[in-house]
Amino acid sequence: MPHTVTRYTLPNGLLVLLQEIHTAPLVSHWMWYRVGSRDEAPGMTGASHWVEHMQFKGTPRYPAGLLDRLISRQGGYWNASTFLDWTVYFATMPSDSIDLVLDLEADRMVASQFDTADFEAERTVIISERQGSENEPLFLLGEAVQAAAFQSHPYRHEVIGSLEDLQHIQRDDLYSHYRTYYRPDNAVLSIAGDFDTALMLERLHQLYDPIPVGGPPPRLAQPDPPLDQPQEVIVEGPGETTYLELAYRGPAAEHPDFWPMTVLDSLLSGASSPSLFGGGISNKTSRLYRALVEKEVAVGVSGDLLATFDPFIYSLGIVLPPDGNTEPALAAVDAEIARLQDSLPGNDEVQRALKQARALFAYSSESISHQASWMGFAELVSGYDWFATYLDRLAQVTPQDVQRVAREYLLPEQRILGLYLPTGEESELDD
Amino acid sequence: MSAAHAYHSLPGPQDITRRQLDNGIVVLFRANFNSPSVVVSGYLSAGGLSDPEDRLGRAEFTAQSLLRGTQRYTFQELYDALESVGASLGFGGGAHTTSFGGTALVEDLDLLLDILAQAIEHPVFPVEQVERLRTQFLTSLAIRAQDTARMASMAFDRLVYARHPYSLPEDGFPETIQAIGRPDLLDFHRLGYGPRGLVIALVGAIQPQQAVEKIDRILGSWRNPDQIAVPDLPPLQRLPGVITDSVTIPGKSQADLVIGAAGPNRKAADYLAASLGNNILGQFGLMGRIGEVVREKAGLAYYADSSLGGGVGPGPWSISAGIDPANSERVIDLIRSEIRRFTNHLVTVDELADSSAHYVGRLPLSLESNYGVASALLALERYDLGLDYYQRYPSLVQSVTREDILAAARHYLDPDRLAIALAGS
Repeated sequence: MPHTVTRYTLPNGLLVLLQEIHTAPLVSHWMWYRVGSRDEAPGMTGASHWVEHMQFKGTPRYPAGLLDRLISRQGGYWNASTFLDWTVYFATMPSDSIDLVLDLEADRMVASQFDTADFEAERTVIISERQGSENEPLFLLGEAVQAAAFQSHPYRHEVIGSLEDLQHIQRDDLYSHYRTYYRPDNAVLSIAGDFDTALMLERLHQLYDPIPVGGPPPRLAQPDPPLDQPQEVIVEGPGETTYLELAYRGPAAEHPDFWPMTVLDSLLSGASSPSLFGGGISNKTSRLYRALVEKEVAVGVSGDLLATFDPFIYSLGIVLPPDGNTEPALAAVDAEIARLQDSLPGNDEVQRALKQARALFAYSSESISHQASWMGFAELVSGYDWFATYLDRLAQVTPQDVQRVAREYLLPEQRILGLYLPTGEESELDD
Repeated sequence: MSAAHAYHSLPGPQDITRRQLDNGIVVLFRANFNSPSVVVSGYLSAGGLSDPEDRLGRAEFTAQSLLRGTQRYTFQELYDALESVGASLGFGGGAHTTSFGGTALVEDLDLLLDILAQAIEHPVFPVEQVERLRTQFLTSLAIRAQDTARMASMAFDRLVYARHPYSLPEDGFPETIQAIGRPDLLDFHRLGYGPRGLVIALVGAIQPQQAVEKIDRILGSWRNPDQIAVPDLPPLQRLPGVITDSVTIPGKSQADLVIGAAGPNRKAADYLAASLGNNILGQFGLMGRIGEVVREKAGLAYYADSSLGGGVGPGPWSISAGIDPANSERVIDLIRSEIRRFTNHLVTVDELADSSAHYVGRLPLSLESNYGVASALLALERYDLGLDYYQRYPSLVQSVTREDILAAARHYLDPDRLAIALAGS
């Protein structure tokens, strides 16, 4: 259901998006900073994510334990996430206790302590988080594919950072990263739910007006030149399952080609929601499912088109059956891509993708938390209109557009092929 | 909105519709016109407890086969109908029940219900599809064998539930999946699936009368005189002491650890006390006492928390952590110390006040989405909680005392009778 959105910039540059929704006694508060792995130079990979962890370690006014306790006591849910382009802190609270979040979020924009002992304890926690990810073949494969997909752009490394950097980053370097990017004019605050807009703006002025303008932070990222030859990366690891990842450079979220690529992904691998909460529907009638799983050369296939600030990758993930071969699976993918490049998809197929998007959009707008998330997410990757016109932009996509982006983006000579080949070691009981 | 308004807006007799159809099916409904979507969720009284040991995974295999072809539709026709309108529908086989869940735009609700009815009443288990599914199950089991968390959890279940059906994984083993034939699926469907014990919750943008009529129209005539009951659970053996098991999975950076014992079932009188105690032990804030000791102070894990899994039967009360294998003894000692403290001393007044406030405050948030409301409605029915449960909930929570929590902790957890399972390199 449409709700009016107030878009307002405070004197220090903090952009505020407010949407009143009075269907439940809740307010969802999302503070987004324009900093992510995109802003990390070699040697500092993982810094943005580490800063996110340190933001839960407290300020002089809100020591660590107190922070958790106050939020949890109110029945609120809070957490944070770091991505390629942004870091977000979110909390959904009963509406009569939202002031707690308003106050602490303003406080930790500038006052986080980065105590040395906390910093060192968090180093081992984050290394443990990375080790948990390393247990997953798909993490290892994805990390290798990303590294091959970019020569110098920071998108080439995983958000969590390399183990070597996690072992060597120093407290003062991390604190400097925080102070450089945590500025009101480098942030977007999106709030949805059961509040009064005028009163909320008044409160935000009180809290944020004392924080000075930071000025534009440095930006490292420069788009890479196109790949000049195909890449192949092989990761070997435990298990019995072979995974394939095929990646192509994709368009940025605000590029007009993002919309036909969304439809292309829907046709090839099934519809999925671009929202932060993800989600999707089954993909058993998608072209690749029919060509791979129905033909029994794979047991699963999925596509991934992320909405990013700079051009990232469009990737296809394939899981092979026990003793499956990579060649028939690759041949089937190539044939389906060629079919899309050579023959116009039917208009009914494109209209079907639009209907799927409309349904997924409705599901992802269902809750107050989702509404607040959508507003800020869209602003970060492109602008609020990206959210407001999402379905209209998709509705303008034609079969010719889909064929054109298939020809322009899914080029064999610019493909990165990643293979996870299992070594066949099995688990065993020790007793 | 005021706090009083907040709790009046929780689901209750004033806005939940409950109807029992002539064939026994229970329908629960609550309207939500804030989104043009609808959620359908529920369960059938047929689960893996009936699986023979050499056919373990049969209930799950059956559930996954339901949309592989029905008397009226082929596999591709079923999914083409669903996916063309952005709808979804899925099934899963649990120990006691087979669950289902789906969502659609409200304009496509009839289609979703029609396919649901086709799938549960008239599946045909096409041979080719069954074999394709078998390959997919075997792949999933190969992936499971590499998953340290899953393998630690399975080892834990073997220790805690020795000679009890909960010791066995519902998705079976490669040899049992290989042994399941199409006749097994047909038999299980014929004898297990039926209207008795079927509960269906519907939440979304339609009127209550319409919702009940739609479900009655598609499922109201279903009868199955052959339907048999799910077997009762055998009694549980007490743990003989601290018992351990470990699973070596080569090449893994992180190990997963699970420590605990069997907890209460959902209907137990001390369930809420155990649940609040568990919140204090390993959930509140950033994972309660366990998170504070293992993650925040010692920096030994990215996650270290506790959970209470009680449902129809006595699910596990366990503490889990993802750790560097070199630190396993240190983490086990820390966790056992916390269990000893938890079972020897009352929780503090502040701890109970914090967790009680958290439980009461979080209720509106857990009911924010249609899926959340549907799950809440199903819990009312499954555990006989009463339609006014969510409105009574704040006073129920606030009536739990520190002594109640200590008694529940001592009843289920004993630092000298624990199962400890570890999986990793």
